[in-house]
Amino acid sequence: MRKIGLVVGVGAVLVWCLLPVVWIISLSFKSQAAVSGGTDPGFLPLDSFTGFANYADVLADDQFRRAIINSIGISLIATLLSVMIATLAAYAIARLEFKGKKLVLTTALAIAMFPVVSLVSPLFDLWRTIGLYDTWPGLILPYMSFTLPLAIWTLSAFFREIPWEMEQAAQVDGATSWQAFRKVIVPLAAPGVFTAAILTFFFAWNDFVFGITLTSTENARPIPAALSFFVGPDPFQRPAGLLAAAAVVATIPIVLIVLVFQRKIVAGLTSGAVKG
Amino acid sequence: MAAITLKNIVKKYGDGFAAVNDVSIDIADGEFVILVGPSGCGKSTLLRMIVGLEDITSGDMMIGDRKVNDLAPRDRNLAMVFQNYALYPHLSVYENIAFPLRLAGAPDQEVDEKVRKASKTLELDEHLERKPGNLSGGQRQRVAMGRAIVREADAFLFDEPLSNLDAKLRGQMRTEIARLQKRLGITTVYVTHDQTEAMTLGDRVAVLKRGYLQQLATPRELYENPGNLFVAGFIGSPPMNFLPAEVEGTTVTLPFGTVQIPEEKAERAQGKGVLMAGIRPEFFEDAQIADKVGSDSTFTADIDFVEWLGNETYAYIPFEAPPEVEAKMRELEADLEGEGLRTQLVVSLDGSSRIKEGDKAEIYVDATKMHLFDPATGENLTVDREHAGEIPDHALVTAG
Repeated sequence: MRKIGLVVGVGAVLVWCLLPVVWIISLSFKSQAAVSGGTDPGFLPLDSFTGFANYADVLADDQFRRAIINSIGISLIATLLSVMIATLAAYAIARLEFKGKKLVLTTALAIAMFPVVSLVSPLFDLWRTIGLYDTWPGLILPYMSFTLPLAIWTLSAFFREIPWEMEQAAQVDGATSWQAFRKVIVPLAAPGVFTAAILTFFFAWNDFVFGITLTSTENARPIPAALSFFVGPDPFQRPAGLLAAAAVVATIPIVLIVLVFQRKIVAGLTSGAVKG
Repeated sequence: MAAITLKNIVKKYGDGFAAVNDVSIDIADGEFVILVGPSGCGKSTLLRMIVGLEDITSGDMMIGDRKVNDLAPRDRNLAMVFQNYALYPHLSVYENIAFPLRLAGAPDQEVDEKVRKASKTLELDEHLERKPGNLSGGQRQRVAMGRAIVREADAFLFDEPLSNLDAKLRGQMRTEIARLQKRLGITTVYVTHDQTEAMTLGDRVAVLKRGYLQQLATPRELYENPGNLFVAGFIGSPPMNFLPAEVEGTTVTLPFGTVQIPEEKAERAQGKGVLMAGIRPEFFEDAQIADKVGSDSTFTADIDFVEWLGNETYAYIPFEAPPEVEAKMRELEADLEGEGLRTQLVVSLDGSSRIKEGDKAEIYVDATKMHLFDPATGENLTVDREHAGEIPDHALVTAG
């Protein structure tokens, strides 16, 4: 009885979560005419099946290719910097007693709670003035400042879990503080580091508000913003098939990254446990 | 290898609490010294000050002829085994042992040679590729020791290394540590709260209480000539019996009757009113069995309870104590973390004794080995200073 309940429950959640994804995939295989004309309303693309034509069109589009590069570059750099800074900051917060520690933590939390939208117009003006508008750093900076607080909180929780004695043992073994940190603490906190990395990457990859406000050309425009500018041959008809294909393409990297990182997280979690 | 010298070491925390007070210990090159005491006595703090994980408030810490007070742990060249082993869970056993060598930048071939040698010594060969998480407690313990012996450290420091193991393994590892230390001949400081470990492992034992050194002596000296009540009560299992006693001439009046003590001991205890007599359980014997019975050293007692262990028998005899002695014993009990010092006498009789619960038995006592303590200061009045190692002056005034 319980088993049946479990299966039904899991099935319901799966349908709920995956239906939109499957729908998008189905759309991406339908021809443009069928979608706008409503000639093939079924779930499966039957007579309107166009194969990978939409995908080929999307990838042939120069703007979209630029957007992919922008998104990957900006998200990766923001993630890398954010995680590096967060690791150092979280370590200091977990290990050191210093004045204003509480202040740092509460400020970080306050930043995380700040509504993104309220910052967009001031940033737009500021970036225009100092020349960061429509550049990679112009997006990397806000992404970092919004993801750092969460990363710091996650990581400092992980660092607190690591017994002091690990570092002390390393120091007695002849390590400098930096060596103890790099060779013992960071590997032990790897699950935390990867968790923080995934969260940061998600935020940067999925962001739309900053992406559309702080860019104007394909110089720095990321995928979500680029999708909204996506126009097919007919400006009065939204190219739904193309958009769906583009959305699927945009989802692939994030799925890959989650799969890779997830393995790391699990591996890190199982190798802990030292006390007898 | 090096001698370690602690000179008037003090550790005060920010809130003014002194964890270690004016402790001076000379540890000779190659010596095995134990720091022992109940929890909160400052023994671990002292060890961590030697290795450099705690700052020294005042005093001098010398390793060899180098003052190391302000040196970082990595510059002191000491090896330490932690209570929970502190192995690196992300590294294999091999890399755990190799860790100090890798940090020192040793070439791969040398690392391999030394790691193999250490693993052979500790019988870890078949576990080298495993992760610490998959090892048993005893194996982890050996890996931690491997990490310590793999480099040529000036001294080994052990922080209660056996307290996480079960009783049987603890015995084995104890012997193993002793053997290893003798073979390597390396200066060793070992912290424990277990007096069996202290007695069996140490060349000398430093007994600490609330940050003060009480006595520094060989295990035998500690056992036979404790400097004060605390040391007397701490060393020995079952613990020494403390009884109210009055001395007149060479006659000592105990709750059970009177016994004679040697003149030189009696002399030092004259005119001090009620004292506390300390008699170890094995100084008693069933008068039926004892061979040298004199009427002046036997007494009759009601046996409350008997534990027969085969080779020996513990018999429990309750007695009444005057309030001042009773109060002192409560205080001592608190210091010793409640070793269960009820006002009862524990006597260790030969296993062949036929004494049963509820019996009125005749017990012989060897009073020549009795110690007499001043209840006010805790000082052992009858201590043989020649054979008692070092007893700091404060241990005779402040100690209980």
